[in-house]
Amino acid sequence: MKIRRESLVNLLNKYAIFVVLIIMAFAMTLTTKDFLTVQNLINLFSSESSRGLLAVGVGLVIIAGGIDLSVGAIMALTSVITASLVQQSTYSNRLWVELPFISTFFAILVGLACGAMVGVVNGVIIAYTKTPPFITTLGTMLIVKGLALVYTNAYPVPMLRDDFKIIGQGKILLIPYIVIVFIFILVIAWVLLNYTRWGKNLYAIGGNELAARVAGVNVEKNLIAVYIWSGCLAAISGILLTAKSGSGIGTLGDKYEFDAIAAAIVGGLSFSGGIGRISGIFAGIFILGILNNGLLLMNVSPYLQQIIKGVIIITAVVVDMRKHKRRD
Amino acid sequence: MNEYIMEMRNINKEFPGVKALNNVTFKLRPGTVHALVGENGAGKSTLMRCLIGINSLDSGEIVLDNQIIKIPSTHFALIHGIAMIHQELSPVSDRSVMENIWLGREPLMVSFFVDHSKMYRNTKELLNELSIDLDPKEKMANLTVAKMQMVEIAKAISFKARILIMDEPTSALTGTEVKHLFDIIKKLKNNGVGIIYISHKMEEIFEIADEVTILRDGQYISTDKTKDLTINEIITRMVGRQLSDMFPKIQCKIGETVMKVENLSSGKAFSNISFELHKGEILGICGLVGAGRTELVETIFGLRRKTNGTIWIDGREAKIDNPIQATRHGLGFLTEDRRRTGIIPVLSIFHNMLIAAIRKYSNGLGFIKIKPANKMIFTYMSKLRIKATSTKVLIQNLSGGNQQKVLVARWLLTDTKILMLDEPTRGIDVGSKAEIYSIITSLANEGKSIIIVSSEMPEIIGMCDRVIVMRQGKMTGLMNRNELNQEVLMYYATINTQNDLVSRDIN
Repeated sequence: MKIRRESLVNLLNKYAIFVVLIIMAFAMTLTTKDFLTVQNLINLFSSESSRGLLAVGVGLVIIAGGIDLSVGAIMALTSVITASLVQQSTYSNRLWVELPFISTFFAILVGLACGAMVGVVNGVIIAYTKTPPFITTLGTMLIVKGLALVYTNAYPVPMLRDDFKIIGQGKILLIPYIVIVFIFILVIAWVLLNYTRWGKNLYAIGGNELAARVAGVNVEKNLIAVYIWSGCLAAISGILLTAKSGSGIGTLGDKYEFDAIAAAIVGGLSFSGGIGRISGIFAGIFILGILNNGLLLMNVSPYLQQIIKGVIIITAVVVDMRKHKRRD
Repeated sequence: MNEYIMEMRNINKEFPGVKALNNVTFKLRPGTVHALVGENGAGKSTLMRCLIGINSLDSGEIVLDNQIIKIPSTHFALIHGIAMIHQELSPVSDRSVMENIWLGREPLMVSFFVDHSKMYRNTKELLNELSIDLDPKEKMANLTVAKMQMVEIAKAISFKARILIMDEPTSALTGTEVKHLFDIIKKLKNNGVGIIYISHKMEEIFEIADEVTILRDGQYISTDKTKDLTINEIITRMVGRQLSDMFPKIQCKIGETVMKVENLSSGKAFSNISFELHKGEILGICGLVGAGRTELVETIFGLRRKTNGTIWIDGREAKIDNPIQATRHGLGFLTEDRRRTGIIPVLSIFHNMLIAAIRKYSNGLGFIKIKPANKMIFTYMSKLRIKATSTKVLIQNLSGGNQQKVLVARWLLTDTKILMLDEPTRGIDVGSKAEIYSIITSLANEGKSIIIVSSEMPEIIGMCDRVIVMRQGKMTGLMNRNELNQEVLMYYATINTQNDLVSRDIN
């Protein structure tokens, strides 16, 4: 067999998603005068960061051959729980009137622990009972959503302390903390996926769980870890968004899981597992983000926006299926 | 009038990075069996895929009944009488034999309702014609692989197939099943069907084939009458060089006991198996399909629950309930079903090779030591002559033989002391087979202990120091190398012993 150079078509295929991203950015710059402004770009980044965190969380789950529908609900639960710990002591309608002072740091830890715990529940059920991840996380999604509403009686948890709100509202040189956290997590996820045992194991489990098991991969442990990862990122996103908005909301992150999954799929992750890159997830988030942002700037009706998004998601997957079509 | 039923002329086919077929010509006469041979990756499968419309041609022509035709789909091929029995069958397991045969073209009543009684009669007729003894209403899932294959053949014939392609049809069959298959093939031959027979088994080719076409590296090499050829000629043309010795067995020093298995049982699959495995020893486990050989090694590796018995490794009792514990005890296991439990199709060669040895090639924090891993993987790529442009190539793009080599390398990367190989050369061409044998021998020479499960007698006889024979879940014989011959092995594999044979102590 003779070896040929990678053809232009192959290269285009490989980086198609970035080409699309760049073309979209160009198109938006040309058609709207507000797109390429510092303020708009910062807005774009900070609004996509919260969804982006979810997408990076769910993305790893999808690579391992699973799915996590509970991430939006986790945002809501961490939002109300964390918020209830950092309400101003002068506010008389506090959720816990008797609550002593709790440091912001500890409150964040509690929030993270909530996310991690839902992750453990998801992971254990999926790994040990072999319940399909879709069903399991659909169930936990409902439970966790319910918990968030039960906890607050569906009232918001307002009047949060300034030292908490700063983590969502503060910025370094115009760049909000939330964007920095998102980029930091992207880098971590990239390192984990490409340079660690865990990352390699996730790909293997997603690619062929039985083969991975025979090769001595601890499938259960790795799966539980990936659902914890996804739960924690949802919690981080929930905490940051709560701090940004200044109050805990029991319906925060509603339907965010679909945006996150959509971004991951547009970014080239395969639902059957084993395929996907962090750069793809990044591109997926911003393709949908620029679309949102641009259509808004162009005053396109929100209903039409939904239709356009749906078409884009399906198109992305159809194109991707062709790309991954096996040689035989 | 043309003497050929079908001709493929100057076929070219290129995949990204690979010239799969280079000006290949293949001609089939009616009423003959035409063997198509070549190493894995030689282009046999691609050629056949072009013929049944899975792959399109880059150039060249296919002539059927003196007419040049284009075959755009498998359906088109089928209605023109070209059918293929694939190596890996994929029946609709939960439905009956007849429903599988008439799938998508069920006989109808009032053009809408399925006419089950007519379907039954048609199926019965079809099966009788081929002397296949089978109830049309039997569920596919209950059939043996051999029977499923026969259903596939019946299905092909129901399409009035005049050209039947068989890809390694005997790889999962026992001796008597092979004989039955050959009877059916002869019957089809007499009816004027042209059969393209792909196989690596030379004895079969000499038994059944009238003509042999040899491919190598996507090139057409030769077509001859089988009677004008010898096995050595075929092999030499396939690999393009002389193969000195198929089984390069080195008599290496056999050391102390490494593993001891005592009264091992797993439900109904097998019971009371006891043996010892020594350092540097190659132990064969043979028997017919269904004897419990695979189940035995699966149980040792912790993939199957043991219901009784003990495994001792290095003199200590080893608790092995899952593959993780097995690998910790220095066991490695190459499974029989490459696609299902072996390869991870969407990942690279690098990733597929590394996965079992990932602990060895990562540091305490879990970071992969890319450089040393890459170096070893590259070494094994060239040592096992894995044909690929780089370690980044996805394993699904390799031929079956090359995939198997990657999987062997997967376990060679680990610090495995005991390597269990279940049908290590299934579906692998002669050249790679010899290479894998020489690797196995050199591993034993390095002091590793090897268990080979195989249904190929020459492999067992050529490679093993001792052999366990199993029949219906019981151990019926244990023999030393100097006692081995095909007849003895067959005898123990088929005899009906009332009580377990007491294994002879060989030390």
